[in-house]
Amino acid sequence: METPIIVKNLTKKFGDVVAVNDVSITIEPHEFLTLLGPSGCGKTTLLRCIAGLEDPDDGEIYIGDKLIYSHVKGISVPPGQRELGMVFQNYALWPHMTVYKNMTFALEIQKLSKEEMDRRVKESLEEVKMSGYEDRYPREMSGGQQQRIALARMLAYRPRVFLMDEPLSNLDARLRMDMRTELKRLHHISDATTLYVTHDQLEAMTMSSKIAVMKLGVIQQLDTPDKVYHFPGNLFVADFIGNPKINLMPGWVSRQDLVDMGKFNIPVKTYNKRGDVVVGLRPEDIIVHDTPTDNTVEFTAYSVLPSGADTTIIAHMGDTELIIKEMGVSKIQMDQKIWLSFKQDAINLYDKETEDLIQS
Amino acid sequence: MAVALQESQSPGQLWQARLRRFVRWITTPHVILSIIMIVVMFYLVIIPLYRMVVTTITVSEMDLRMIQGVEIGDLTLYHWIRMLTGKIGQLMTYEPLVHSVTVALGATFLALAIGGLMAWLVCRTDIPGRETIHMLAQVPYIMPSWTIAMAWLVLFKNQKSGGTMGLLEFITGAPTPDWLAYGAFPIIVSSGLHYYTFFFLFISAALLSIDSCLEEAGELAGAGRWRIMRKITFPLVIPAIASGFIMTFSKAMGTFGGPNVLGLPIRYYTLSTMLKSNTGIGNNGDAFVTGIVLILFAMVTVMLNQKIVGTRKSYETIGGRGFMSKKVKLRNFKPIIVAGVVVFQFIIAVLPLVLLVVSSFMLRDGNYSLENFTLAHWLGKGDIKINSGEPGILRNPKVWMGAWNSIRLSILTALFTALSGVILGYAIVKGRGTRLSKIVEQMSFIPYVIPGIAFGAVYIAMFTKPVGPIPALYGTFALLVVVSVAKHLPFSARSGVSAMLQVGKELEEAASLAGATPWRRFVRIIFPLTSTGFVSGFLLTFISTMRELSLIILLVTPTTAVLASMTMRYIENGNDQQANAVIILLIVLVMIGNFIISRFRGGSLKKGLGM
Ligand SMILES: Nc1ncnc2c1ncn2[C@@H]1O[C@H](COP(=O)(O)OP(=O)(O)O)[C@@H](O)[C@H]1O
Ligand SMILES: [Mg+2]
Repeated sequence: METPIIVKNLTKKFGDVVAVNDVSITIEPHEFLTLLGPSGCGKTTLLRCIAGLEDPDDGEIYIGDKLIYSHVKGISVPPGQRELGMVFQNYALWPHMTVYKNMTFALEIQKLSKEEMDRRVKESLEEVKMSGYEDRYPREMSGGQQQRIALARMLAYRPRVFLMDEPLSNLDARLRMDMRTELKRLHHISDATTLYVTHDQLEAMTMSSKIAVMKLGVIQQLDTPDKVYHFPGNLFVADFIGNPKINLMPGWVSRQDLVDMGKFNIPVKTYNKRGDVVVGLRPEDIIVHDTPTDNTVEFTAYSVLPSGADTTIIAHMGDTELIIKEMGVSKIQMDQKIWLSFKQDAINLYDKETEDLIQS
Repeated sequence: MAVALQESQSPGQLWQARLRRFVRWITTPHVILSIIMIVVMFYLVIIPLYRMVVTTITVSEMDLRMIQGVEIGDLTLYHWIRMLTGKIGQLMTYEPLVHSVTVALGATFLALAIGGLMAWLVCRTDIPGRETIHMLAQVPYIMPSWTIAMAWLVLFKNQKSGGTMGLLEFITGAPTPDWLAYGAFPIIVSSGLHYYTFFFLFISAALLSIDSCLEEAGELAGAGRWRIMRKITFPLVIPAIASGFIMTFSKAMGTFGGPNVLGLPIRYYTLSTMLKSNTGIGNNGDAFVTGIVLILFAMVTVMLNQKIVGTRKSYETIGGRGFMSKKVKLRNFKPIIVAGVVVFQFIIAVLPLVLLVVSSFMLRDGNYSLENFTLAHWLGKGDIKINSGEPGILRNPKVWMGAWNSIRLSILTALFTALSGVILGYAIVKGRGTRLSKIVEQMSFIPYVIPGIAFGAVYIAMFTKPVGPIPALYGTFALLVVVSVAKHLPFSARSGVSAMLQVGKELEEAASLAGATPWRRFVRIIFPLTSTGFVSGFLLTFISTMRELSLIILLVTPTTAVLASMTMRYIENGNDQQANAVIILLIVLVMIGNFIISRFRGGSLKKGLGM
């Protein structure tokens, strides 16, 4: 089924707080789109507007080709008729119902036959690897199990669209990793249009086909995870995505392909623009040498933090600090002199005024 | 783009869209319920208050004899001037006002002192028998508020006005002084001993919910125990004290039983007994002036109190089940303190009942010899020499009718209160943050600050004539139900809200995403998850209605009399033993009710009180 979600100029206010500010976004059929942003940026509110749990102040929403919300036309289809399934952050399993009852609640409303309900419950429980738990009550299961049941409840309903609001945030780190795998497979198999909300960039990067980064109710960038990571659209996105954090340094474009950083120069791709910029450089795009060579800059290793798979080096020169990531175990010692070079293709320049990415 | 869309619409389409949005809003379940409740509360609270004021400034048939040259329905300040100036003002308003305030403040502070001390002992010291103390502390809650006053009479009355003597006078032979027998002192003591249980429950709940870290942090900072109590613990329980204060003060201002039993013999009038005696002679204009003074005074006090401590906080359930902090060791004082508590609880919870039972077995009041003991007041066939010929209460059809009235009144009130609790809770919680929800919440709070007897008076004003679709209810049993339900509105709102808050809103949202209609969501999700709270609420309402007197004393008629009002009638007729027997019967019925209702779904007195 081809079910895109189209949101046009959606605005939702709570008193003076504009939780969602004139957002327009299209979620293509079969896409796994993640709303990513710091807490309080309006992700949940946007999701709830789409679900019909919140009444927006302006804008339009389509699911498939059906107009489900329009302020100017005064239309709002009730949540139950939008054919959406949702997994809540706290699962929202009904505590007084068994797993079976939880899963068939919606199916009873659809007036499915007993056999069909049994079949769907069985299938869905198998999909989340929870077969045999039909008669348990929510409180008799662990957090991870409850979360699987919440998923199964949604699957049994066979919605056209999956909505998930930080479904993994209440799980511990191990379980979260497992569930990421499962969720991605689930989407792969079901192919349902999915809108996923999280503040965890790793979750967003690993699972999504597209990421929409939000800040203060506005979508900052909508792109594939790869693009969002390598070509952050503005300083906020650049700073928010990536761990360890991106290096952002003020500079000045002195020549078409050279940025003057004050104490040293960085050669870049050719730009037409001159003037004040901010240089964005991912830690893994800096190469460490233990002897000086052409086009290197001398720094001191301030701190060296090995983590096994890679090593993070904090380098200082005067009051300039750079974070560097090296694969494997580094030979660099603390306080040792090091020489750095920069991967020219990986450097992004941002306009100091608008904070937007400068296209080369 | 949004602007462009809007401009492309014709005015007709715009209006249509607006209408659709309005219809959508007004058909939201919580909006419908809010509007229904606002209309209901408007009828039950606002209009009666308005009518009451109007009555005091309108000439009635009765007033024609007093005022010259006016017609029925004219405006007049006659009642206000009469009641607030001169000798009559002094006697009928200012003196009773001073008495009411004295009694209410005295009782409240006494209750606070006892309740606070007991709560501290139970929650913060190593006193043994905590559970028992806690349980006994709830006993006064199931007794009518004037039980202790009646027992007081048995002990301390003197022959001056009652004619017969109390136990003390019988033992010592010396006449009990008036100050000990009647008036301010006994009223304060007997009501303070009754109301302490509110403070005890509120404060101990607050103490238990304080996270012990807070106190431990103080200890680590080097503060002594006394300093911690003053600077950390006390400020944290202030909201609990404040809500106890409002509740107790407002109840004590409007209480009728105690002042009637202990005040009238020496003509010590409070506003509530004055109100009763004026309505008794049909002078509603005068009576309602008293009622309004009473209401204003209670409201002002509550507002002052809220201003000083900012009580909004106290209506949120205090979160966090704090762990017991370190106990104060009572050491050598333990035996003395334990003995003190035991004696005290015995005096409050057991002794009054014993005295009443004993008194109910005495043929002639004031005669304590053995041959005077009889079952006549319970089982007697009706002897013209005893109780003006009324049979013993267990054979008396009037008493049985009163019991039946009490029971059905309490059950109906509890049912409707539970129902309005569901509706109010849903309307307020779902609409949180909207103006509508705030209006509903504030309207439901009004009866809280109107003292019981004044609230009853308000209803005389309302229902002597038909109002809108409602027929004249005065004198009917239905009116008793209406007034009891209306007076319980603040309680239903509070318990409804706290029950609703316990059901996370996602649980209902998940159901609405599944396509469930509002009704289905209510039946399948909300009701099952809140029913425990409502059983507790039902229990509490049942009990408090069974022993309610002040609220209905102005509204009962011989056919609608309930047990509580019958005790007053018997006392007025001088049949104290019979009154005492009826009280015992009332308490037994309350206990049976308590037992039966608490079987259901773990409802309990404690939960109902929001502990
Ligand atoms: N029901 C509400 N009432 C008032 N303000 C709200 C409500 N829900 C959300 N907000 C506000 O809207 C903003 C966005 O909230 P939310 O969508 O929950 O953010 P996120 O999910 O990204 O953490 C926040 O500032 C929050 O305080
Ligand atoms: Mg959120």
